Amino acid sequence: MSITIYVPCDSSAVSLGADRVATAIAQEAEKRSIDIKLVRNGSRGMYWLEPLVEVATSKGRLAYGPVQPGDVSGLFDADFTQGGEHALSLGITEELDYFKKQQRLTFARIGKTDPASLTDYVENDGYRGLKNALSMTQAQIVQAVTDSGLRGRGGAAFPTGIKWKTVLNTVSPQKYIICNADEGDSGTFSDRMVMEGDPFVLIEGMTIAGLAVDATQGYIYLRIEYPHAFEVLNAAIATAYQAGYLGDNIQGSGKTFNLEVRLGAGAYVCGEETSLMESLEGKRGLVRFKPPLPAISGLFGQPTVVNNVISLASVPVILDKGGDYYRDFGMGRSRGTLPVQLAGNIKRPGLVELGFGLTLRELLYDFGGGAASGRPIRAVQVGGPLGAYLPDSQFDTPLDYEAFAAIWAVVGHGGIVVFDDTVNMAEMARYSMEFCKIESCGKCTPCRIGSTRGVEVMDDIINGRNLDKNIPLLRDLCDTLLNGSLCALGGMTPYPVLSALNHFPEDFGINAKATAA
Amino acid sequence: MTESGSTQSTVQEIIAALKDKPGALLPILHGIQDAMGYIPAESVPGIATALSLSRAEVHGVISFYHYFRDTPPGKQTIHLCRAESCQAMGGRQLEEHVKSKLGIDFHETTADGKFSLEPVYCLGNCACSPAMQIGKEIYGRVSADSFDAVINNTEASA
Repeated sequence: MSITIYVPCDSSAVSLGADRVATAIAQEAEKRSIDIKLVRNGSRGMYWLEPLVEVATSKGRLAYGPVQPGDVSGLFDADFTQGGEHALSLGITEELDYFKKQQRLTFARIGKTDPASLTDYVENDGYRGLKNALSMTQAQIVQAVTDSGLRGRGGAAFPTGIKWKTVLNTVSPQKYIICNADEGDSGTFSDRMVMEGDPFVLIEGMTIAGLAVDATQGYIYLRIEYPHAFEVLNAAIATAYQAGYLGDNIQGSGKTFNLEVRLGAGAYVCGEETSLMESLEGKRGLVRFKPPLPAISGLFGQPTVVNNVISLASVPVILDKGGDYYRDFGMGRSRGTLPVQLAGNIKRPGLVELGFGLTLRELLYDFGGGAASGRPIRAVQVGGPLGAYLPDSQFDTPLDYEAFAAIWAVVGHGGIVVFDDTVNMAEMARYSMEFCKIESCGKCTPCRIGSTRGVEVMDDIINGRNLDKNIPLLRDLCDTLLNGSLCALGGMTPYPVLSALNHFPEDFGINAKATAA
Repeated sequence: MTESGSTQSTVQEIIAALKDKPGALLPILHGIQDAMGYIPAESVPGIATALSLSRAEVHGVISFYHYFRDTPPGKQTIHLCRAESCQAMGGRQLEEHVKSKLGIDFHETTADGKFSLEPVYCLGNCACSPAMQIGKEIYGRVSADSFDAVINNTEASA
């Protein structure tokens, strides 16, 4: 019987050589006449161990990593296909501390299954949620999502069930489901991992959303920077059509749901839902005024659900196991799990899915192992380029939407970027202004022009010019951006800028007392 | 057929295949850039006519999106990540190295036409920062040395 060996096809693993490792394993096995079945799985999310090779044994799946092509013949010499010991042996994958301590609901299959295989998906609890949904009324589906407490994982944390209910109750001959897959926040990659590692869960979630609100057309708006995800999604969609999971008669129910992937073109602001819809309509991605809400008048003026990848990918488990099951994870008003992404200068970067409530410190040290450089962690940015920078004194804050709001920070899409003590926070504040300048859609004056002025003010501050005037000017400018912008790009650029100034005033050439404005 | 004649026929085929999609403009622009490497100015009037838009509107969309370009790129386009996670792992120094190695700034192409350099704001490879992309190939934990090795390899195989 052939031995199953897993080598991830996840693009981060590939960026570290996984394709070459897979080729080397196939060649070496052939050379030695060992019958193997090579499966390209998603990533387990333990990126410091990638490329992580696994072998299926009677004891469970054994992990070896990080494997480079040059290690392959040595692994065969050590009889790794029979679970033999080698310097790269890590033991049973699912017993690894980092993995074992997680609560994987949305990511239940990722790293375990072959993302291209519908059979694998169905055999591992896939499409159970859809099966249940097909026997429920639309109101019941929406109720289950509402009961789960799921809030938008893209960053805005709006209750998903309420959004769906609004679309359900708005009468229209055509409604749409949009998956916002424009994951542009630095430090985030959970959407990518889902799309590359378990595409059917997203397709299932969108199909359930379509059934729930009477939408027959779905679009996945995917960023151009994710070419691997584009290929995986398109292949999975084609498979789902062939198997009757998409199209005009889903599993014989007479229900229709069609799905297409559309590519963005490198505009960060198109991750904002109204800008995204403009882009899908073939226009410049200018932000729209709200109201009208997209749920009432969205894509092509029709009622539209716009949800993030993780939100939609969490729907199947909710419909499979019930809203209560999902709601029992988490804390306070942050229910369920959050796939946290540890990135930047951290020893053990990766994906950690857990119920809300873990503190930053636990994530950074217990999971992350501290800074990769071995130096002290000085600052972390949570929630992408529009998220606040937090100092050590705030590391005991639990990951919870309300707890973060209370310290003028955001959980966002769950990305955590770690910086060691070599970082210059004034430079990071300048970068935030520069990023806003580059990515502003130009609709709101404070964002369009304020960001350019912000870069200039930061240049003055970095050069120590006129700090008495320029620090208050920076605060004033941030106030204008915060209150005078339609969307989060202009409205939240002040978060990283002011948090850097408030928590790290010494980098701005001033002492702590002077910042008490 | 002249070069510009063949360009026009490629563009016309792409427009004809995609123009009836809802919100067809981005798919058409992607189609043209995939085929040609950029969106030639002479393709704008045809797109505008097919979609009942003004040429200004089409131009406005092309110029809005960072990814679309109206000049031919080098043989290989290097997308170097400038975002926070990569900065936390030495991205700023890498950026300086890349620019001096290639002798160009962002949005420029080397004199021999081999490489174009573009900034990118996140490749989703933040667990393996700093990151870059060349064509569809993605690279993680890029150092000055590994960058040079990749470039030398690419040059050798070009």
